[in-house]
Amino acid sequence: MRTLDALITESPVFKGLLPEQLDLIAGCGKNVVFESGARLFREGDPADTFFLVRHGIVGLDAYVPNRGQVTVETVGAGEIVGWSWFVSPYRWHFTGRAVEDVRAIEFDAACLRTKCETDPALGYDLVTRFSQVIVGRLQATRLQLMDVYGNGG
Amino acid sequence: MATVAEPLVTRGAMVPIAYSVVRTRRENHDNWTLELEPLDAAIDPIGPGQFDMLYAFGVGEVPISTSGDPEQAPTLLHTIRAVGAVTKALCSAKPGDVVGVRGPFGNQWPLDEATGHELVLVGGGVGLPPLRPALYQALVHRDELAGLHLLYGGRTPRDLLFTRELETWRARSDMSAGVTVDAGDADWHGNVGVVTKLIPSAPFDPANAVAFVVGPEIMMRFTARALLERGIPAERIWISMERTMRCGIGLCGHCQLGPTLICRDGPVYRWDEIAPLMEVQQL
Amino acid sequence: MSETLAAGDLGALFGALRARGYRIVGPAVRDGAIVHAELSGPADLPAGWTDEQEPGSYRLKRRDDEALFGYSVGPHSWKQELLPPRVRLWQAQRENGDVAFDEELPEDEPTAFLGVRPCELAAIEIQDRVFLGGRFQDADYAARRSTVFLVAVECGEPSALCFCAAQGSGPGATAGFDLAFTEILDGEHRFLVRAGSPAGESVLADLPTRPATREDVDAAGLVVASAARAQKGRFDAEGVHDLLLRNLDSPFWDEVAERCLSCGNCTLVCPTCFCTHVEDTSSLDGATAARDRVWDTCFSLRYAEMHGGNTRPTTRARYRQWLTHKLATWEDQFGTSGCVGCGRCIAWCPAGIDIREEVAALRTTEHSALRTREEQHAHA
Repeated sequence: MRTLDALITESPVFKGLLPEQLDLIAGCGKNVVFESGARLFREGDPADTFFLVRHGIVGLDAYVPNRGQVTVETVGAGEIVGWSWFVSPYRWHFTGRAVEDVRAIEFDAACLRTKCETDPALGYDLVTRFSQVIVGRLQATRLQLMDVYGNGG
Repeated sequence: MATVAEPLVTRGAMVPIAYSVVRTRRENHDNWTLELEPLDAAIDPIGPGQFDMLYAFGVGEVPISTSGDPEQAPTLLHTIRAVGAVTKALCSAKPGDVVGVRGPFGNQWPLDEATGHELVLVGGGVGLPPLRPALYQALVHRDELAGLHLLYGGRTPRDLLFTRELETWRARSDMSAGVTVDAGDADWHGNVGVVTKLIPSAPFDPANAVAFVVGPEIMMRFTARALLERGIPAERIWISMERTMRCGIGLCGHCQLGPTLICRDGPVYRWDEIAPLMEVQQL
Repeated sequence: MSETLAAGDLGALFGALRARGYRIVGPAVRDGAIVHAELSGPADLPAGWTDEQEPGSYRLKRRDDEALFGYSVGPHSWKQELLPPRVRLWQAQRENGDVAFDEELPEDEPTAFLGVRPCELAAIEIQDRVFLGGRFQDADYAARRSTVFLVAVECGEPSALCFCAAQGSGPGATAGFDLAFTEILDGEHRFLVRAGSPAGESVLADLPTRPATREDVDAAGLVVASAARAQKGRFDAEGVHDLLLRNLDSPFWDEVAERCLSCGNCTLVCPTCFCTHVEDTSSLDGATAARDRVWDTCFSLRYAEMHGGNTRPTTRARYRQWLTHKLATWEDQFGTSGCVGCGRCIAWCPAGIDIREEVAALRTTEHSALRTREEQHAHA
């Protein structure tokens, strides 16, 4: 059974963290399991957690009247689900659902926010890492929007 | 890019050769695969990456990549998307109809470059058919590769091609296959997102990988970028370019992109050689 | 060895060529221009005519002598013969589910081109590389080319637009001809004649020539030398390939695009432009079909049309394509420049765009941009 520290550094997002920082973050994390179909979080709920997916696929759904739940994106192994936790108003923008069985590390966002306030260096480091996650998602989303495979792609 | 070396006198390279439609297969709502057999003489064996000019009697001609198994020569397989008059005519062909074929033209996927490496095939939309022959060959010579991976992205689940084959590929233990769609539907239980998202976590070692990429130009640009970020060097990424073609044999001028003629020097290009040309708008 | 032929004996050339079964195409005055037409004898030649050319202008003018080849080049080039504007490639019949494709090759019609300028020899050589030098040959071009007899006539009277000397394609003829003539007007009206092939030697032997004297040879050399001298400083060809490819995003292209009408005249008159497209047709009953090869121009809006769009929708992009292909990427594709310096594109452009000036303007634009950046860095 590997330690949380080891599991966290598996993800490219947390690569290169100093041991003390790793301990701080690991201190806010715990292993979780979701069965296929289970809901991780709901659109609009307070964003008190975020996840590092270790196995499986998490779908980000939005409820669209007349269409029902629409999956706008899926997140897989090694990726982070959730950044609403450090951006006001700290609420989930989408609903998270396990598309397959999911094993993840769930982080207590409130716990981590407090640690960032007392340790600005850690805070800055996390913001940098999460900004990269957001930028990557934004670029991917833009490519999605371009609908390149449509007639004429 | 150098001029082609071997002077081969080929009289009548603009004259189609008659092939019979043996079978047609509807791949999805707007794509069909035609299986063709020569009525008399056959064209030379076509390799992965190459294309034929397919002629619909009285309508016109279009360049279509081979999507079949090279080992099945002289049978030809071409997967065609019905977007214009000629492709619609080809896609509505029935067994017994005659289709004109000129080819094979263009260059091939450099499978030799992949020997000893992990081969990563990334297809976007109708980019999968031109990769399929390379995949077939890779499976035949699997022991010469260090790994084999397919990443495929489509617009929506109903736009995906070769779905049954995709399932068999995913089930294989000697290759990995990742599939994603830009937008899912109620029955879709797979990845949603652009195909580049599959790259960071795909199970290959970038230090020892060779990639072949096909799709709309912008998808190939983003994919090449993601592959580079993952650590595959530019000299080991190959793409397939497309431009309007009229002759397919380097004599009509239409497929020029700067100094290169895509029908003659391509359509397969190494990323570091072609990228500068793709950066010039409206070149 | 050189021979001398009196101008009055030029009819013997026609006789010798006809005896060998050649039809003769050469210069003739038609509708205010010197074009290529089928000739029956020396009387059909544009005796006493010359041309005056400026950007966007071509006029014939009467000479005060009876020079037979005293002009430069007209709107026709030899691609009219070797790469005709419309050619049937094949016909097909569909019957009982079977289709037969019948290739159509040109009738065997040996033709002598009379009055081929050195720049035109160079242009033919350039098109030979395109159509015969690659992996796939053009069957129609190969057939026509194989039965051609080339009678070159060196230039004594370049127009104001000629810059063959800068492009290394004239004004003297060195190779690629069967016979080469140089018209001498100084003293007796005569021609210096050289053979450039066994076929040329055979015809030359049938002409009432006398061995050329030292005087004849010098006079011919003077004709060519003065033609070269007249072109001094007309075009700086130094590093043009790299200059153009370095400046694909230059504002220079916007400026020329404002003047260019994208009409394609330049591509029609250019002796090396070779782009074609195909026209597929069928009968109403669907039983027969055919394909023609027809001239195309990269200036056409539809030239770069692809399913789902157009890769060169602006005049700016299309003009850039033409000029960079002609003076730069042609070299990468076929090993030589695409331009022979004949000046036709300049004369026949309705907007009077002069590619010699445009290249010079690009050099200036690049130079100023570099100076500006240097100054900016110096002040930074």
